[in-house]
Order: sequence, then structure tokens, then C-alpha cells
Amino acid sequence: MDFKVKIWRQKNAKAQGHFETYDVTDIESDASFLEMLDILNEKIIREGGDPVAFDHDCREGICGACSLYVDGRAHGPDDHVTTCQLFMRHFKNGATITVEPWRSAAFPVIKDLVVDRTAFDKILQAGGFISVRTGSAQDANNILIPHETAEQSMDAAACIGCGACVATCKNGSAMLFVGARVSSLALLPQGRPEAARRAKAMVAKMDELGFGNCTNTRACEMECPKGISVDHIARLNREFLKAEFRG
Amino acid sequence: MEDKLISKIPEGPLAEKWTKRKSEIRLVSPNNRRKLEVIVVGTGLGGSSAAATLGELGYNVKIFCISDSPRRAHSIAAQGGINAAKNYQNDNDSVYRLFYDTIKGGDYRSREANVYRLAEVSTAIIDQCVAQGIPFAREYGGYLANRSFGGVQVSRTFYARGQTGQQLLLGAYAALNRQIAAGTVKSYPRHEMLDLVVINGQAKGIIARNLVTGKLERFGAHAVVIATGGYGRAYYLSTNAMNSNGSAAWQCYKKGAFFGNPCFAQIHPTCIPVHGTQQCKLTLMSESLRNDGRIWVPKKMEDVLKLRKHEIKASQIPEEDRDYYLERRYPAFGNLVPRDVASRAAKERCDAGYGVNESGLAVFLDFSDAIKRLGHQRVQERYGNLFDMYFKITDSSPWEEPMMIYPAIHYTMGGIWVDYDLQTTVPGLYAIGEANFSDHGGNRLGASALMQGLADGYFVLPVTIADYLSHKFAEPKTDTNAPEFEEAEKAVQAKIDRLFAVKGTEPVDVIHKKLGNIMWEYVGMARSEEGLKTAIEKIKELRAEFWKTVRVTGTQYEFNQELEKALRLADFLEIGELMARDALNRNESCGGHFRVESQTPEGEAKRDDENYMYVAAWEYKGEDKEPVLHKEPLKYEFIKVATRNYKD
Repeated sequence: MDFKVKIWRQKNAKAQGHFETYDVTDIESDASFLEMLDILNEKIIREGGDPVAFDHDCREGICGACSLYVDGRAHGPDDHVTTCQLFMRHFKNGATITVEPWRSAAFPVIKDLVVDRTAFDKILQAGGFISVRTGSAQDANNILIPHETAEQSMDAAACIGCGACVATCKNGSAMLFVGARVSSLALLPQGRPEAARRAKAMVAKMDELGFGNCTNTRACEMECPKGISVDHIARLNREFLKAEFRG
Repeated sequence: MEDKLISKIPEGPLAEKWTKRKSEIRLVSPNNRRKLEVIVVGTGLGGSSAAATLGELGYNVKIFCISDSPRRAHSIAAQGGINAAKNYQNDNDSVYRLFYDTIKGGDYRSREANVYRLAEVSTAIIDQCVAQGIPFAREYGGYLANRSFGGVQVSRTFYARGQTGQQLLLGAYAALNRQIAAGTVKSYPRHEMLDLVVINGQAKGIIARNLVTGKLERFGAHAVVIATGGYGRAYYLSTNAMNSNGSAAWQCYKKGAFFGNPCFAQIHPTCIPVHGTQQCKLTLMSESLRNDGRIWVPKKMEDVLKLRKHEIKASQIPEEDRDYYLERRYPAFGNLVPRDVASRAAKERCDAGYGVNESGLAVFLDFSDAIKRLGHQRVQERYGNLFDMYFKITDSSPWEEPMMIYPAIHYTMGGIWVDYDLQTTVPGLYAIGEANFSDHGGNRLGASALMQGLADGYFVLPVTIADYLSHKFAEPKTDTNAPEFEEAEKAVQAKIDRLFAVKGTEPVDVIHKKLGNIMWEYVGMARSEEGLKTAIEKIKELRAEFWKTVRVTGTQYEFNQELEKALRLADFLEIGELMARDALNRNESCGGHFRVESQTPEGEAKRDDENYMYVAAWEYKGEDKEPVLHKEPLKYEFIKVATRNYKD
């Protein structure tokens, strides 16, 4: 298969960015999107140019590193996948494909398609944990958790921290990311003692870091590669309100 | 035993060794812990859990990772589960059985004392993880659920769907975040360790490159912990993440840490087969699938040929014409034999011409019986996400046709040699998790990597490192202006300059692929004396070619992924040679290491306990000099060494 790929190039955080268009040819339809970029980079290197920088690592949809905005959609035109799980068979032969980095004030560009997502780490550092000291836990089966509750918690815990929700949201909100973490822990008895404090601290940090507000467009849910539901935002709101009432 | 290879295994009965060692270890008082600095390199299960626990204890910790966030470490990709000797299933499991299965699975090439300790602390890991809020699978009564993994006859594997590694890592990462917030741990993402700094024979710091600015930075400490995983990417194609590399461990080797059993690499039987030539990464399908999936190839060659021409589908081949070769050869364990055995059996069938895809390098993993027996719903709950993943990649649905799988490089049992305290031959330098060699011998059992990473990080290292640090609290902070730091930084700078100076024509990945081909062909599933000698020569030639023809684009002082890859490949080109050397030395078959010269008439691996019951620990002697082999004999005092038998 052959494609024209229009890619955002930006030397560093301070430089002006621009689009550049490249031809890629002889791509196997079973090749992944990132393999197509590998092939393009090999060609650019051989021609003496500067290869396109993009974050990637596990290439099986779990590390959350890859973060490309392809043809106007976070992780491209397939549902519930990361960019590394996007395959060229989803594109028409001869198509022009536009590739951009996540666009969000909270995720500044480092180079080309690579952005800085340390804001997510900072939100989790504010309270995305259960305070348990190593070695102080009771026997695991002393905490009974109904099957359904564990499954619901797992649904939220499946978040890979890629940032597609933020990149998709017109307000640049991180509510799905925060909601998933808060909800995953709040559903479990172990997470209850700190539930209110956690919600309050994480929301405060999110606001401080310049993420936008949620206006319930549900775009985040549509583009989340793990299909995380906006129900978790509702649970975050409940936890947050409880915390507010308690002061 | 030689001077440097003192394993420090405590005396006394097996079950009391860890307790005994713990009671001997000197303590560091809380007010002195504040004065002590520890560097942890790597943020996978081992690194994150160690840093979090050390921080909690009050040490000053600095943690480094090459990704943009600690949460991206490759532990995240582990799918199937984590073992623990809880005996929640009442199937007569015990610490002893987990210990025994692990030693046997490792083909009697690991230390009894280390493995026993691993089994002993396994139960506390599950307690810890549940307390952290990890949503392990639950039964309807609310109790924890378990499943089976290869090489065992009990159900002791705890799991969170097919994302157990992710959940455990998020737990360790959360614990780490809590300490970062508390100020006991400082995190350095997008930093890559490029050298170890040794002062007066002791590990005192690292040189790291800031991957965003490109600057070299110096970090000093009282001790350094390496938790950077394995070196399976020496094969280029593997299930490891693209950025996984052996460089940090390799720098330690070059600074005096011995390297243990480098040839022990695990080839995982259930990976999605290679397609085409443009591929850079292989995807694992969890071993948990072998709980319910049945592995087979056709009995008749005519069916094989029709399959390859797409004239028939697998589901059309009648039951009596299918060869469930694992069930046939190993009736006691069936599809749940250990990974090395399952991989070799797949290779044997494919070599005999029965491979089922166009390349002839694939076998079937079939769920039709499981779907009939358990129903769609339960299969969906157990394996739904894995089926989806398979479908996304191959465009073929495991609900309709069996999966196609083939073995691929997955894990390295070899690694930095450590003593019972997890200290390397360089005082003050520790290695944990996959980065060390210690617990899995010649073959790792499924769901044991997560167990080892967390055992080392939460429960072993934070205890043992105190023994060393207790002598250090009176020492001043490490001075990063010391001449040793100066020299180390200069050496790193010289290596970077040398890479840019080549100004060749070949992209890094192109040379990496060539290395991968050499490794897979000669240091892969079947190794011979002749092949290994060829490999050593070919790797040397390729290394020379690399330093003449590689093209590293851009400059040092920018975000430069080509430079990162080139630095890592320069090391892989040396690691590969040591792997081949070690494989050549070990003229026996054991675990994942199969020497064609050493097999039974039935083609099973033939161990040579008389000559090779030792850990091969290699000492670096300088560039282009032959490394020196040291041997740590393995003594089995508590179990009877036997030929592994999975047949009855």
C-alpha cells in the first residue's frame, strides 16, 4: 500500500511547528501504523534527514506511551485501540494521513509528536494511592470483595494513562483520567478511608495544572482506547461533593 | 569457591535461612536513614517497589527511568498472573511446593536458598497488593480467584484479567507516587543511565543522560540498585518493549559486576507468529490461555498443505486428524508443560514440516472445546481481552478459528550475578528483578517474574541493603566532582562523540535486525558448537560494521531517539557475544538452553550435572579481551536432583 503522510514537525518546545508531507510506499496491509512510521524514518535517515520523533514502547496497547492524533482522532480511526494497535488495513490505499501530537496546554510538545505528560504523574502523586506501608497488610482473603465490584474497579483500573481523553476533550479536561483512578479505588473497601481526601486533592491538582473543566460531551469515553466509561466521572463527582460537604 | 563469588547463603535448615539472615542483618536507625542516599535505576515492579519501600523507611531515594513516566516500565505488559503459595484452592499447595516447582522448572540451575525465600515471601506480596487496591479477580463469594500456569499441578496464580502486570505495576507506582509526594523519593523520568561510577571499589553513583536536553548529569549516592530488566532485545524481535535494553546492566558488568548465566534466555511458546519483514515487535499471548486452549497441528501432511493454500480452515479438520502433540508427549502436564518444553515441541513439529501458516512456523491454539465446555460468557470473562488483542493484530477471531502461535524470545533468566543479599560483586551495587540472574535457573515458570520483581523490591532488598548501609551513614555525601565521576562522564561523552563521528549510511534499526537474525539462528532454540562459534565471529564482524557504517542523526543536545537506540545497540552487540560464549561453554541442555549435542534419543534436553551444575559468572577484562569464567557450584542439600519429567 502507498500513502502520503502529513506530519507535525517541531524541533523542540520553543520552536515553531509546521506540517511536512512524506510519501511512503510498499507498506504491507498487516503492518501497524507505528511500523509504517518506522519504515518512513528509515527512509528519512537514509536520505540524510531528521527522523520523526514519537513516543512508543510496548507496541501492544498497554504501556500508554504512544500518543498520536491521526486524521483528527486520538489514536486514529479505529475504536478502542492505541496507535500501536492501529493497522494500515484500516486506511485506503493512496490516502493522505495527517499525524499530530496530543494538543493540550497541559501537555507541551517536546519534539515532533512527543509531548510531556508529567502532569498526569503529578495528579496521581497528589492522592492516587492507598496509604499502606510495605509489610503491614492483613491476609488478602480477609478483605472480601464481591465479584461484580472487583470487575467494576478493574474496568476503571484499566486506564493506561495515555492522555487520549485530554487530547480529545474540547476543554482539555482530565476528568476521565482522574475519575478512573478515584473510582477504581473508591469502589473497594481498602480505598474508602481516603476516598474523600483523594478526590479533593486530585481535582485540586488537576485544576492547578491547567486542565479544563468537564462539560459532559462524552468525547473522552468515545476515544478512550480502554473504553473507560464516563460513569467513573460521575463517581468522582460524588466523592468530590462528599469531600466538599465535609470541608 | 573463589574470593569474589561468595554467595552468603545462611547456614541452617532451608525454611529458617531467611529468618536467620534477617536477624543477622545490621539495622540503620531512622535518624541515620535520612543521611543515606540510594539510587534506583528502573521503575518496573522491582525498581518501583524497592524505591517506594526504601522511601517509606526514610532513606533518600532517587529513581530513574527512560520513559516519560515510571508507569510505562515493561512490567506493565505482563499478562497472566502472579504466583503465591497461599493454598487458597485447598489443592495441597505450600511454600515448599512453590519452591520445588520453581527449582524443577528452572532445571536445577538456581540456588535452593534464594528460591525458597522467593516462595516464602510470595504470600506477603498478595496481601500487600490487595491492600493497595489491586482489583484481582474474585469468586462470587468475594474471595480471591486463582488459575493454573505451566509446569505446576496446582492453581496458585492470582490475576487481574489479562492485565496482571499492569495492575501490580500501578500498585507499585502508586506506592512510589506516595513517597514522591512525601519527598523521600525524587523521580527522574526520561533519564538514561549510561555509566556506573565506582570509587575505591564501591558503587557511588551514575552518569545519566537527560533524554530531553541531551545533557550528561552526575548523581551520587551511598548505594546503587539496578532494576532495569532483561536483555532479550539482543534478538531484535522479541516480546520485550522497543526501549527495553541491557545497557545499564552491561555498564555494571564493565565496571566489575560479574554477569551470571548470560545464555539463559526464555523462549515463550505462545506468541503471535512473525508476519512479513517490516515487523519490529512480537506480541505475546498469555500463558494463561494454555489453561483452556489446546495446542495442535494436523496429523496429515495433505491438511497442512491445504491450510497453507487457504483451501481449508482449521475448524474443518476432524478431531481424529489432529495431533495434540503436547497431550500426546506429556500426558501428566499436557498443554501446561513449562515454556521451554512447549517451545521446543512446537519447533519439533514445525521442523518436521507440520507448521500451519504460510511460513510453516506456527501451530494452533484452539478454544473450541473450552467454548463448548464453559460457554461463551465464561471464556469471555477469562480471556476476552486477549481474544480482542489477537483479533486486532491478525484480523482473525479466536471465537471462530484457532489462534496461530509460535515461540519468541520473552525473558532472560541470566543477568547480573548477585549474592543472597542481592548484592553484586561490586560492593554497594545491587541488582533486582529480571536484571539479576538469581531465581529462575535455566527456565522461568509462568507468573514468577512478577513474583520475583515484587519479592526483591518490597521484601528482600530493603532489608538486605541495610547491612551495607549500616556501615555508611557516617560517610559524607558522595562528591560528584570526584575524579571518578569526571572520568566516567568523559568516557560516556567520548562514546557519544564516537557514534556521531562515524557518519555512516546505515540506520541503527537495520543493524539491530542483523544482530537479531544472528542471535535467533545460532543462539536461539537449538544451539550447537559450530553455530555458536559462527555466531561469535559474525557478531564481531557486525560490531565492526556498526562502528564503521552507522548513521546517528541529529545532535547530542536534543531529544534524539536515534542516539538512544545507537547507544543501546552498541551494548547489545557486546552482550550478544557474551551470550554466545556462555552458550558455547555450557555443553549441556538445560531449561531454555538446548545444545543439539546434548539430547536424549527422544529429543528431550539432556542435562550434565557432573560438569555443569554451576552458575557461570563472567568477569569483564577489557575491550576485545576474552572475559574470564568463574564458577559458583550449585549445591542441593534439601531436594533430590532429578531429570525433569512432565510425562507422568
